[in-house]
Amino acid sequence: MEKRKITCISCPLGCEIEAEIDGDEIKITGNRCPRGKEYVINEIKDPKRVVTSNVKVTDGEYPLASVKTTGAIPKDKIFLLVEKLREVELQAPVTIGQVVFHNLFDTGFDVVVTRPVEKR
Amino acid sequence: MKEITVDALVIGGGAAGMAAAVELTQLGCDAILIEREDRTGGVLNQCIHNGFGLHVFKEELTGPEYADRYKHQICDNRIKVHPDQFVLKVDPDKREVITVGVEGVTCYKPKALVMTTGARERPFSNLRIPGTRPAGIYTAGVAQKFVNLQNYLPGKNAYVLGSGDIGLIMARRLTLEGMNVLGVAELMPHSGGLARNIAQCLNDYNIPLELSTSVVEVHGKERLESITLMKFTPDTLQPIDGTQREVVCDTLILSVGLLPQNELIEDFVQVDPVNKGVMVDSHQRTSHPWIFAAGNNVAVYDLVDFVTLEGIQAGKAAARMIQEGFTDCGQIPIVRGNNVGALTPLFCCLDEAPFKFYIRPTKNMDKGRVKIGPGVIQKVEMGLKPSEMVDIQITAEHKEKIKEMGLTQILVEIEEV
Repeated sequence: MEKRKITCISCPLGCEIEAEIDGDEIKITGNRCPRGKEYVINEIKDPKRVVTSNVKVTDGEYPLASVKTTGAIPKDKIFLLVEKLREVELQAPVTIGQVVFHNLFDTGFDVVVTRPVEKR
Repeated sequence: MKEITVDALVIGGGAAGMAAAVELTQLGCDAILIEREDRTGGVLNQCIHNGFGLHVFKEELTGPEYADRYKHQICDNRIKVHPDQFVLKVDPDKREVITVGVEGVTCYKPKALVMTTGARERPFSNLRIPGTRPAGIYTAGVAQKFVNLQNYLPGKNAYVLGSGDIGLIMARRLTLEGMNVLGVAELMPHSGGLARNIAQCLNDYNIPLELSTSVVEVHGKERLESITLMKFTPDTLQPIDGTQREVVCDTLILSVGLLPQNELIEDFVQVDPVNKGVMVDSHQRTSHPWIFAAGNNVAVYDLVDFVTLEGIQAGKAAARMIQEGFTDCGQIPIVRGNNVGALTPLFCCLDEAPFKFYIRPTKNMDKGRVKIGPGVIQKVEMGLKPSEMVDIQITAEHKEKIKEMGLTQILVEIEEV
């Protein structure tokens, strides 16, 4: 049996959650809400994160538009995504919610713009 | 000089100012929002990470998205925004605000003034760290502006001093952008940022956090070449001889606290000597009856949602003053007791309007009892830490109790249990 202490990142409370892992059985204590339980189980089986970054914009009032993944993607794909984003160059104007990548890495989530950038 | 007469002038177009201007307009007042930058949004524009809006919009947004929601409300309510305006002077006697912008000097004559000027980062010069003064030393917010708005990377190898949330978030951001982030030093024995940010910004990327450690010297002629770190005693914060260690880096990022920005009014309104924020009552009124304040210039908040809510309160109170004149609703001073750092408001009005206390503990406590009164509220909170504010709602019933008990001041304290 393995014991792990995991800080939940679901909200600013940051619960210190203890997990006892016994094969497929995971016993959880210290969470203040159901999101904590879900987070810890995911964190043990398949850790995921929402990623935010920027992409280049040409002819925009800003040289960059910020972007996010619409859901949490596998942690080991974060740097792959960042590499992919370096290749992107959007043409201004750019609007909030504009899709940069559809169904990123087959996760079912997209990468979307989070800042509108007007044409310069 | 151009003169503009208006019901309400809001200074600062960040989260608090946008909320106050929208509230004022919705309550039927004519409001102008002035902003130093070329657009509203304040620091939200460069905070591209997520986690904003859970209280106000009931969903998790990034900073630019949160700002955009309010920018739409400003458009929908046809609020006049005057960008690129730098405020030169607030005249408390003539009730005038003088600004300078591209079209010259303007004199605003508002019936009510709402100060939402936010906070500034504590600068390097404030830390009195010996050594040379090379390029490559930036506050976290400046580095954030470079990376998220201007598409510049501040350097190759960075060290972060101070474990405030912006510092932790920048450690991750710079890592994702290809910089090598060597570590984060924190003078205190505990982190200054949220536990979730230690987890998702440092631990995820194997960036070490060194507690009870600080930078004691910086080296380099033109560009930063290295820094000297030293261990400090956890209780008395004294440097420990023989623990010096040199770290080679070309960039030092500072996340060493925010200072409420009140230069414009601090000479004539009451300022809290402990946290340097404007002292306000439970209606966000300052000691001058026509000046209101909300946001990080009052107290440095953890969440932008709280800043928005306080901005709305200030807008409401300013609208009431404009429409009904000044109302004296009795003010009881609020006094800090044990283990209380940042605290707002600092006066409680005795009308029926509910409000929230925002209280920052001064130390880590596994379990603490927040006491307001004495004898008005007692609430046990788990896992209290300086990086997380506690908010406590005061209702009309609580105020009734305060009046019945005949309290002449209200003590706010946290007792370790």
